[in-house]
Amino acid sequence: MFILKEIKYKNILEIDYLEIPFNQVICIVGESGSGKTTLIRLLNHLISCDSGDIYYKDTDLKDYDPVQLRREVVMLPQVPIIFPGTIKDNLLLGLELSEKPLVSEETLLKMMQTINLNKNLQTDAFELSGGEKQRLALARILLMAPDVLILDEPSSSLDEDTEIFIIEKLVDYTKSNYKTLIMVTHSKKLAQKYGENVISMEKGIIKKDN
Amino acid sequence: MNGIIEIGILQLMGAYVFLILLLIIVKAQGIGREKEILLSSLRMTVQLIIVGYILVYIFAVNHYLISIGVLIFMEIFAIRNIYARVKLKINYQLRKVITFAMVTGTTITIFYFLLIVINLDPWYEAHYFVPISGMVIGNSMTGVSLGTERLIDGIKTKKNLIENSLMLGATPNKATKNIVNDAFTAAILPTVNSMVGMGIVFLPGMMTGQILSGVSPLTAIEYQIAIMLGILGGVSLTVFILVQLGYKTFFNERSQLTD
Repeated sequence: MFILKEIKYKNILEIDYLEIPFNQVICIVGESGSGKTTLIRLLNHLISCDSGDIYYKDTDLKDYDPVQLRREVVMLPQVPIIFPGTIKDNLLLGLELSEKPLVSEETLLKMMQTINLNKNLQTDAFELSGGEKQRLALARILLMAPDVLILDEPSSSLDEDTEIFIIEKLVDYTKSNYKTLIMVTHSKKLAQKYGENVISMEKGIIKKDN
Repeated sequence: MNGIIEIGILQLMGAYVFLILLLIIVKAQGIGREKEILLSSLRMTVQLIIVGYILVYIFAVNHYLISIGVLIFMEIFAIRNIYARVKLKINYQLRKVITFAMVTGTTITIFYFLLIVINLDPWYEAHYFVPISGMVIGNSMTGVSLGTERLIDGIKTKKNLIENSLMLGATPNKATKNIVNDAFTAAILPTVNSMVGMGIVFLPGMMTGQILSGVSPLTAIEYQIAIMLGILGGVSLTVFILVQLGYKTFFNERSQLTD
């Protein structure tokens, strides 16, 4: 699990103590500016706290190889970048960057079906709509099969039906593969429906940890 | 006709007719840059006279310490010029990398060229050491300036791309690979492009100077080809060192992008 102790980050975040267990769906909710994105960037070790300690698998993040950590704890930002190239290039990019073995076209096509992206693999990724790009970026990190998936508003560009479809797929994936899903969402409804653990934030402080 | 034709003072003053012509045109057209043109011409004249007498002294003394001293002076001047030319903020670590790249890349190139290509003996012979060092350092300075600017700009404007790559478990090296390659290409392209028109569009300065002083064109072109390749090598080496070490200065020991 993640354990956060006496965390301070600028005047954006202040957490006395927080445990984030593994193999669960955890939702982080809060208003804009409440510190949600800062929190997940700390977990992905894209930034370091000014003071305090964060433990991952009982090891202080400061002692964990940062690149290795990000290969186990993969994050999808709210506005994911689509890299120049085809859909196939983008799907494989996560595996290439993290130096994991590439997968077959069959696996790629299966993943496309999973996230409901019915396009040719050779399609230029820039031709996709906003929602399709979001799903493509999601598929990219699912192919990496990390232990922990951190998603920042993964359904922000999706319509309601597709949002529910994708979230349910994510939850299924998490459960059947014994992964941990940490999801930042503005929707309390989604959090209460799918989150086994809901963390509410306000002005950089944890309001409630269920 | 053997050797170069000496230009006397009166003849040299005759060349200033071109300057007078420009001043007349500028005045007549009301462009208003007479002061600037006069100042630039005066500076050029004074600077070249001073350099001329300094070189006369250097060539007469022909001591290894003097050659090394001139090399150090040129390096310092070039490095300071890079800092001044690059309009973007250069972090302290990157400044150290620039210095290291310039000194290492140019010194290796210069000594390889003098010892292996020309087989210069003694190695510090000022007639060769000074102008060749000047050409290598001058061109590398331009390359490093371009490379530095492109590198800093690339990392600044593509911050999201780099962070997205880091989030996916990329090393800083992989996350910045395209930016680094882009900076390298941008830095060496002017040198590569200048080789294309050489001999057709223009005769390069070194070759012109040698021909004027009576050297056979065939010997002149040998030197020109060799020095162009030496410059290409020097620029490539310095810029390669710059970008390969330079990108690291944007990350801390936790592989996080720093501000």
